[in-house]
Amino acid sequence: MSTATIVKLPPQETASLPKRSYLNSEYGLKSWLLTGDHKRIAILYLISITFFFFIGGAMAGLIRLELLTPQSDLMATDTYNKVFTMHGIIMVFLFLVPSVPATIGNFVIPIMVGAKDLAFPKVNLLSWYLYIVAGIFTISALVLGGVDTGWTFTTPLSTHYLNTHVITAGLGIFIAGFSSIFTGLNFIVTIHRMRAPGMTWFRLPLFCWSNYAASILMVLGTPVLAITLVLVILERAIGIGVFDPAKGGDPLLFQHLFWFYSHPAVYIMILPGMGVISEVISTFSRKRVFGYTAVAFSSVAIAVFGFFVWAHHMFIMGVSNYSALVFSLLTMLVAVPSAIKIFNWAATLYKGSITFETPMLYAFGFMGLFTIGGLTGVFLGSLGMDIHLTETYFIVAHFHFVMVGGMLMAFLSGIHFWWPKMTGRMYPEALSKLAALTTFIGFNLTFFPQFIVGYLGMPRRYAAYPPEFQVLNVLSTAGATVLGIGYLLPMLYLTWSLKYGKIAGSNPWQATGLEWQIQSPPLTENFIETPLVDHEAYDYEWLAHQTEHEVQTVG
Amino acid sequence: MDSHVIATQPVHDAHEAHAHAPYLRHHFETVEQQREASSFGMWLFLLTEIMFFGGLFTAYLIYRNWYYPAFVVGSHQLSIVLGTINTAVLICSSFTMAMGVYSAEMKRRKALVGWLLATIILGGVFLGIKADEYHEKWEKHHVPGLNFSVQDFTHPTDAEPALPLDMAQKTQVYFSLYFAMTGMHALHMVIGISILLVLVVKAWGGAYTAGHMTTIENFGLYWHFVDIVWIFLFPLLYLISRHQ
Amino acid sequence: MTEPTRREQLDQEPTHHEEHIVSPKVYGLIFGALLIFTALTVGASYLELGIFNPIVAIAIAVTKAVLVILFFMHIKYSSRLTKLTVAAGFFTFLVLITMTMTDYISRAWGLW
Repeated sequence: MSTATIVKLPPQETASLPKRSYLNSEYGLKSWLLTGDHKRIAILYLISITFFFFIGGAMAGLIRLELLTPQSDLMATDTYNKVFTMHGIIMVFLFLVPSVPATIGNFVIPIMVGAKDLAFPKVNLLSWYLYIVAGIFTISALVLGGVDTGWTFTTPLSTHYLNTHVITAGLGIFIAGFSSIFTGLNFIVTIHRMRAPGMTWFRLPLFCWSNYAASILMVLGTPVLAITLVLVILERAIGIGVFDPAKGGDPLLFQHLFWFYSHPAVYIMILPGMGVISEVISTFSRKRVFGYTAVAFSSVAIAVFGFFVWAHHMFIMGVSNYSALVFSLLTMLVAVPSAIKIFNWAATLYKGSITFETPMLYAFGFMGLFTIGGLTGVFLGSLGMDIHLTETYFIVAHFHFVMVGGMLMAFLSGIHFWWPKMTGRMYPEALSKLAALTTFIGFNLTFFPQFIVGYLGMPRRYAAYPPEFQVLNVLSTAGATVLGIGYLLPMLYLTWSLKYGKIAGSNPWQATGLEWQIQSPPLTENFIETPLVDHEAYDYEWLAHQTEHEVQTVG
Repeated sequence: MDSHVIATQPVHDAHEAHAHAPYLRHHFETVEQQREASSFGMWLFLLTEIMFFGGLFTAYLIYRNWYYPAFVVGSHQLSIVLGTINTAVLICSSFTMAMGVYSAEMKRRKALVGWLLATIILGGVFLGIKADEYHEKWEKHHVPGLNFSVQDFTHPTDAEPALPLDMAQKTQVYFSLYFAMTGMHALHMVIGISILLVLVVKAWGGAYTAGHMTTIENFGLYWHFVDIVWIFLFPLLYLISRHQ
Repeated sequence: MTEPTRREQLDQEPTHHEEHIVSPKVYGLIFGALLIFTALTVGASYLELGIFNPIVAIAIAVTKAVLVILFFMHIKYSSRLTKLTVAAGFFTFLVLITMTMTDYISRAWGLW
């Protein structure tokens, strides 16, 4: 190999998967559907969120195809409304919120803290079933004829003026909310109560810290969304008057309650992704994360600040100027912990022995794109700029940079990083690097033009636009095609690798987390004996020492 | 430094007195760990309940300040006698629930079943009275959306002051909140009673008096929480300016 | 250097607390107090106290809730972590109210 690599696989001629693992401890559909094993539930989640990701992705494809031409010629305008609404609902509630926590988090957090399982395995399974029920409701709303409120369910549009399936979709989100509450609750209790001896709070991998912070947001924020949706459903179904101006209600109150959840929800989505990046950056630069404590606390700070900034989604909706000023100032504060993370990751890279495996490529993508997404967020958080930019494609580009460029990159990074642990096999390296590159190029081509077209004034949520914006929109649609290929590739080669991938061995990356010290795929009970932790997180000297010792005893 | 890859500690440590208790689930190390984890989990769930009702209380706070006269006359439509009785009934049920937890701690099976049954009956009485109140609202056309008329507020038949039509319309906000808040509360009661029915059967079989009573404790927390919600709903909905 | 056993670590956790059995006498006292406060709050609502009417009502309700939380729900005897959890819930609720009120209070002030 010409390029430097840290990958260390067992000799392929003699290597084999472990005889006993969580994958072959029991067989049959029932053993999966009634499992209490956090690893199996993680796999169930992975399959289901991938399914919804591709439905949401198909919607995105339709949107970009419609916007190829200035006229609304592919579909009727109200169909277009339904398509972007379903895209938003599915991507936000059925993909982004559960993506990293429910799949990767479910799989590795109990192992990282040295536990046999999450604190409440049955609640964990219940969470997955609730997710599926939520998915069924959402899909029914889609099949029955769609819903066209936008993912924000704005009142009184959603309560009075539409004849689409608002109630079905609302119930779906309500149920998805409880699924996410149960995941968060489980994580908090597990991290507090199930840590192995010697695993102190400041020895926890940063992935645990960021999921812990996200879990706090899930537990405290989601119920407010739940009650808000209940009120919307009641208002629509029987006409009570909480948000209805005709009866004295205030539609803005809906916005306050909705964004009280939905702004922290953004951090529910991004924080676990940041946790993945911390793990990956450290592993592939062979260094302890710079400023471990600062990075850990910045996660918690983001979670806390997250509850103080929601009205920046409402600057043009008629909130008081004075209140808007307060929220704008507080919004700027969130940039501080986010910047702490970015700078600390950069400092981690400094003088590290960097290698460019696929997870690292995705992580680099994350750092660049998240920084752009975050900084444009500061534009949007300032009062004057917001009036010009909000409700244009600028804001669409902004949150896609954070959610797709940030979160989805982090998710793919994490999936590639822990794939050998989950399945015991490696993905094909060259193809996956190609996929990472394709995703990055496709992403920029899709969303960068949207910053420009938005700044020039193209509003979001319309099927038609003035012809002078066509060039940029064609670029964007072309990019979406590339992006789509970038997402299909991992789907294909990861499936392929299940059978034909190289045997990974227990620690292909030479990483330090507890999950890398056990066999891959792990046993159902994770550890044969309770681990005793005597070193800090990301202690590569400790690892080197261990490896030497191992060789001595074996040889 | 210990140099094993993952150093292990002896599985049988000195004080593993309860290690093989039948209710200790496999992934917990000790009974205390299991008990404290589930109690902590329950509290986190109650945290979500605080925020769930919190949204309603926020709406209440805002509209009460906006439409105070409408809230006053709306509140005077509620029966203070029934409201007070119901408050007392719910406090009694909290007491019986607390005694139930105590009986479980003392491992008195029959006492536990008795206290739980008392809690169920009191919960049922509460819901009965609530249903009667709802029925009365329906008859008086005070159910916003389904069956509502401002007649009682623009042309009151009793000593209440007449409201201008504009403000009288706003009583719909009051009644919407009344039904949303008490309805959500009643829903929690119904769920609570359903769970209690299961618990009684299991308690009769001796499930909670053999040393493992986390379920009863956690259910107690839920029941008391529902009580606390009512403790706030009662003055906020029933007792607005009764002196006017 | 000796590492703590799992049991020792669990004992040091803020979730840890000794089980405490509250006596029926305490429950009875609290029960009585709650009923008395209920009577008080009904009585107070018939008095003309001006701005203090809602304040008294809320104060009594908070007192009752605190009694329930401390004794019926055993928070008085619980771990620091549980106490913190309850506090976090009320804190977040207060954030929801106060930050929403920044809008509602100042909306009528108009433009600067």
